[in-house]
Amino acid sequence: MSLTTVSGSGSAPLLSIQRVSRRYGPVIALDDVSLDIARGEFFALLGPSGCGKTTLMRCVAGFETPDSGELLLDGEDLAGMPPYRRPVNMMFQSYALFPHLDVFENVAFGLRRQGLNKETIAGRVRALLQLTQLDSYGSRKINELSGGQRQRVALARALAPGPRLLLLDEPLGALDRKLREETQFHLKKIQRETGTSFMIVTHDQDEALALADRVAVMRAGRIEQVASPNDIYERPASRFVAGFVGDTNFIDGVVVFDSAPYLLTDFGRIALSTCCLPDGRRATLSVRPEDIHARHDGPGISGIVEEFVFRGDNTLLRVRVGNDVILRVATWDMRFSVGESVMLQFPLDTPALFAEEI
Amino acid sequence: MNGQFRILQALMLTAGFIFLYAPIVILAAMSFNASRLVSVWGGFSTRWYAALIENEQLMHSAWISLADATLSALFATILGLLAAVSLARFGAFPSRLLFFGAIHAPLVLPEVVMGLALLSCFVALGVGRGFTTLVIGHVTFTMCFTTVALLASLRECDPALEEAAMDLGATPFTAFLLVALPQIAPAMASAFLLAFTLALDDLVIASFATGPGATTLPMRIYSQVRLGVSPQINAMSTLLLGMVAVAMGAGALILRRGARRSRRVSVT
Ligand SMILES: Nc1ncnc2c1ncn2[C@@H]1O[C@H](COP(=O)(O)OP(=O)(O)O)[C@@H](O)[C@H]1O
Ligand SMILES: [Mg+2]
Repeated sequence: MSLTTVSGSGSAPLLSIQRVSRRYGPVIALDDVSLDIARGEFFALLGPSGCGKTTLMRCVAGFETPDSGELLLDGEDLAGMPPYRRPVNMMFQSYALFPHLDVFENVAFGLRRQGLNKETIAGRVRALLQLTQLDSYGSRKINELSGGQRQRVALARALAPGPRLLLLDEPLGALDRKLREETQFHLKKIQRETGTSFMIVTHDQDEALALADRVAVMRAGRIEQVASPNDIYERPASRFVAGFVGDTNFIDGVVVFDSAPYLLTDFGRIALSTCCLPDGRRATLSVRPEDIHARHDGPGISGIVEEFVFRGDNTLLRVRVGNDVILRVATWDMRFSVGESVMLQFPLDTPALFAEEI
Repeated sequence: MNGQFRILQALMLTAGFIFLYAPIVILAAMSFNASRLVSVWGGFSTRWYAALIENEQLMHSAWISLADATLSALFATILGLLAAVSLARFGAFPSRLLFFGAIHAPLVLPEVVMGLALLSCFVALGVGRGFTTLVIGHVTFTMCFTTVALLASLRECDPALEEAAMDLGATPFTAFLLVALPQIAPAMASAFLLAFTLALDDLVIASFATGPGATTLPMRIYSQVRLGVSPQINAMSTLLLGMVAVAMGAGALILRRGARRSRRVSVT
């Protein structure tokens, strides 16, 4: 919870996106987006593909002009400022490395545009190549590099001019799974060491949760929630966020206030710790598989194990609780077999209750 | 069965090549014929080449043709680049379609019509015809070819590269110069060579556009052949042929090298 207050803590934000909209003909790519990004923050923009992430990033970099709204960097309005004058650099989704230049010249490109002298440029490029573990690759051509090496050249090149904010559009999207995890750590380390604010775009929820100090979840041009990775996961603000980030069960029912509030479902009652919905309202509860406890006996809602899948550290049970309701339950207890009846206990804390979407 | 088919295939291929290239081979061979008569082989000799160098008229025409082809190819390449950039990079500006059509029209326009149009234009404007009008005519004629070649290569060049350059502090012009231009350099070289060969061996447009004192080599050859084939003309034609072949070969080689480089980039 404490991390969510970073942006609101006294000091002015580095980048302030205020009510930005952008449409392409009938497609609304950005719909009234407002965001604040703090100095030194690692910020992730998470959403399914086509939700407007790249468009937002291109607005900040200056390649797109918003139809309405404002972009302020350090309080300065970016409107009308061309990309080559913005103190912001972007790492392109395709990397966009210059194929006719070697690694050194790619990284030096931005420094040369600043008119620095030779020694300064050489020193800075060397430092960046070291930071990105490319020390001995300075004279290589781009077509002689592997995917991971290209990714690091793109990162070094974008960091070279010393941007106040670095934009990374799906920086790990083109890497294979194994390399991706290693690169995540690396990226985080570089962000810490340089102290640069990073704004990363991704459609991979694991990546966003692993990397970022704060995550904004986008859907169809709108921001659904901005919060710390922990809060996004534990306290999703909408059904969409709950479904998009991590694995979950959606349980439909009606809110009932007796002595205490509970959710009346087809298969039983689930106690609600907090409930801000009125009595009688149809609602959906999101419960993570690992938050439901399965036991052989005791209190709870009874169900039948339909199937189980061994997942390495735990086992995922598919438990039929009603005629056509199957819940997914993660358990560390291996002693369940198909056809067995189990008792399911729901968590006491139920923050993810959403009114039915109309 | 298979073997027979193979033999048939080889025969057809040979026949095709003979049909296409026999006249040219005969022309080249005759230029080394010591005898003046086409029908008699008098032994190998380079005497016609020596005589050619003495022939001032012909040498002057060769010089005119070379200068005209080089200059007009240069202008056509530069203008073609500008046209291609505006078509590829400036989005859907008003009148884009008209511009696109106007640029491409000379590709299908009959050369005679174009030559006549140029002539009428020069006469109407009161421009005296000579070397300058010859170059102008050839630029008009070859620019559509260079534009088409450069447009294709610009479309293949990823606009994200220029955006990346701008992002790193380059103005749009610098970004084009430092990033896009190196990518399309091979296409520019081959466009230049294409325009060069087109202008070098053009007879129709040159006849309309040029004036006294600037008779091109094809025009000279054509007018002399009507009076009878001189072996000197054979020698000149062989040289011309060699030049065109070298230019076309170089163009193809440059393009292939460029293509291989960009393919390597995209695959690995
Ligand atoms: N230049 C463009 N012209 C037309 N539509 C576009 C353009 N750029 C993006 N869009 C549309 O805007 C929406 C958001 O695109 P984008 O920002 O690229 O999504 P994301 O990066 O989240 O996958 C998509 O529906 C896309 O089709
Ligand atoms: Mg994208």
